[in-house]
Amino acid sequence: MYNNKIFNIVVLAKQVPDTRNVGKDAMKEDGTVNRAALPAIFNPEDLSALEMALTIKDKLLENCKITVITMGPVRAADIIREALYRGADQGVVLSDRKFAGSDTLATSYALALAVKKTGHFDLVIAGRQAIDGDTAQVGPQIAEKLNLPQITYSEEIMNITDTRVRVKRRLERGIEIVEAPFPCLLTVHGSAAPCRARNAKKLMKYKHAKTPSELAEPGTENQSRYSQKPFLNIEEWTADHVNAIPERLGLSGSPTKVKKIENVVLVKKESQNINPNEEGIHLLIRELVNTRVIG
Amino acid sequence: MNSIFVYCEITEDGAVADVSLELLSKGRELADTLQTKLEVAVFGSGLSGVESVLFAHGADVLHVADNKCMFPYRTLPHFSVLVHLFEQEHPEIALFGATSIGRDLAPRVASRLSCGLTADCTALEIGNHTESKTGKEYHNLLLQVRPAFGGNIIATIINPETRPQMATVREGVMKRVISRPQNYVGTVKYINVSQCLTDTDNLVEILNREIEACKINIKGARVIVSGGYGMGNKENFSLLHELAALLGGEVGATRAAVDAGLAEHERQIGQTGVTVRPKLYVACGISGAVQHRAGMEESAKIISINTDINAPINAIADYTIIADAKEVVEKMIKELKNGKIIA
Repeated sequence: MYNNKIFNIVVLAKQVPDTRNVGKDAMKEDGTVNRAALPAIFNPEDLSALEMALTIKDKLLENCKITVITMGPVRAADIIREALYRGADQGVVLSDRKFAGSDTLATSYALALAVKKTGHFDLVIAGRQAIDGDTAQVGPQIAEKLNLPQITYSEEIMNITDTRVRVKRRLERGIEIVEAPFPCLLTVHGSAAPCRARNAKKLMKYKHAKTPSELAEPGTENQSRYSQKPFLNIEEWTADHVNAIPERLGLSGSPTKVKKIENVVLVKKESQNINPNEEGIHLLIRELVNTRVIG
Repeated sequence: MNSIFVYCEITEDGAVADVSLELLSKGRELADTLQTKLEVAVFGSGLSGVESVLFAHGADVLHVADNKCMFPYRTLPHFSVLVHLFEQEHPEIALFGATSIGRDLAPRVASRLSCGLTADCTALEIGNHTESKTGKEYHNLLLQVRPAFGGNIIATIINPETRPQMATVREGVMKRVISRPQNYVGTVKYINVSQCLTDTDNLVEILNREIEACKINIKGARVIVSGGYGMGNKENFSLLHELAALLGGEVGATRAAVDAGLAEHERQIGQTGVTVRPKLYVACGISGAVQHRAGMEESAKIISINTDINAPINAIADYTIIADAKEVVEKMIKELKNGKIIA
């Protein structure tokens, strides 16, 4: 359908601490969060975003190219490899100390510049929100910065033609079918199809894919392999690569400031322990009736 | 000081959304503290009749954009009109419901105006701030409180330099307060919609919508029997429905339970769900992460049923039952049926 014109999809993904499984060792003695104790994972809704891109690629085959961009520390290259194993074509790690402390506005600024730097794109797909912040802001903010129409809470691609995409949106109380022309930006709701498993062949092909920073680590053997097999090179871009204005990055580019962080301190209520046998339940129900809580 | 603005949502049947009235009530309180006006942006089609309820909940000024292209909600027309309004009025604070509309619109507006936005606030206050490095003092900032990092910490966020200070708040978090007589009339200003729109604002086309009226009303329930991931499966969850029916209440759920498909999204209680204040809250198999507690800790009485004696929910419960929730719920059902205490 594309007459050999390449359809370019940019998928935005984030590596996040797995806040869903916060164990007891995840909090330090002083009550601060021990990030090291939390496994770093591919943000779940970003995986669904990747799947949505892959379903489009399944239809268009060779005429579709998926580029995954992640912003984060150097180790975020892990999720680029995960995306390559599942069918993405190339990946970029956007990493720079200047990004540290970025709120959603500074993050969307940097990511929007990175999307632009990929060149021509037809579709940008991101997860609705990341589980470490749950803000759902970065997608719409990138859409604004790139002046793209946005379709949030996308659940399914209903139809795609060479100029338009039809999408089912999942809202609080129902669904909406909308259509937008390319280029546009979708954010993907958690109810969308989960991402496919790794492909064994792709895993073999890309398991040594590395960023320049990873290659520079001592002990990285066989450097020549990377010049012979260019697909093993994961791109790494800094603030300078995307021509970012330093003042718009990190803390200086973030209008929101954290005034105070408090640990969650539970003020223990005077509570009554109820015996879980029939007698205990009987007495509890009677007390609730007598105190007019129920009945 | 410039005004506080609330973006008002219109429901499918043309009424003002509950969350908007709750935000207005909070906005009124903040406006009184700051001695400024409370203004409302209300966009839709055929809007006549919404004015009185907005004034009753504390609005001083309404900015009405009444045009066919403003309903049903689409991002770009609402975005263009709201940005136009904000660039003209320079609000001090702008509040949005943390709904599928508010969470779609507010970040795009914040991006255009390069201002800060805090999602899913659980409390909003006015306060001062001293920048520790520079010693610079800020007065009367909006203090935006929200759980963060998986609910393990509570963060207070401020936007010292940029305006408006923007925040979203979930339905049920703020209390609805009628602060004026029903016949109070404030100022109504009409926005010339076509003047604000650009050619590209109609790029996204709505082909079909299937929106249900809200069937489940956990916010108004006097008794809520709520289940967590610890309930294990749908079969066990159906026991909660039986218990709730016997108590004349509704069933709630934690996010983990909703994510696991044990309950509908409308039943989710907590920071990213609904906030409830029933007379009785029965927490079954719920450990009580802070995001969940944020949505239920103001319940008058709390019963916690959990196998884990260290579960945080026990600390805020009036009654704790350390046992398997399924077995206890079965016993409660039996007791209620035998005792004929049916609400």
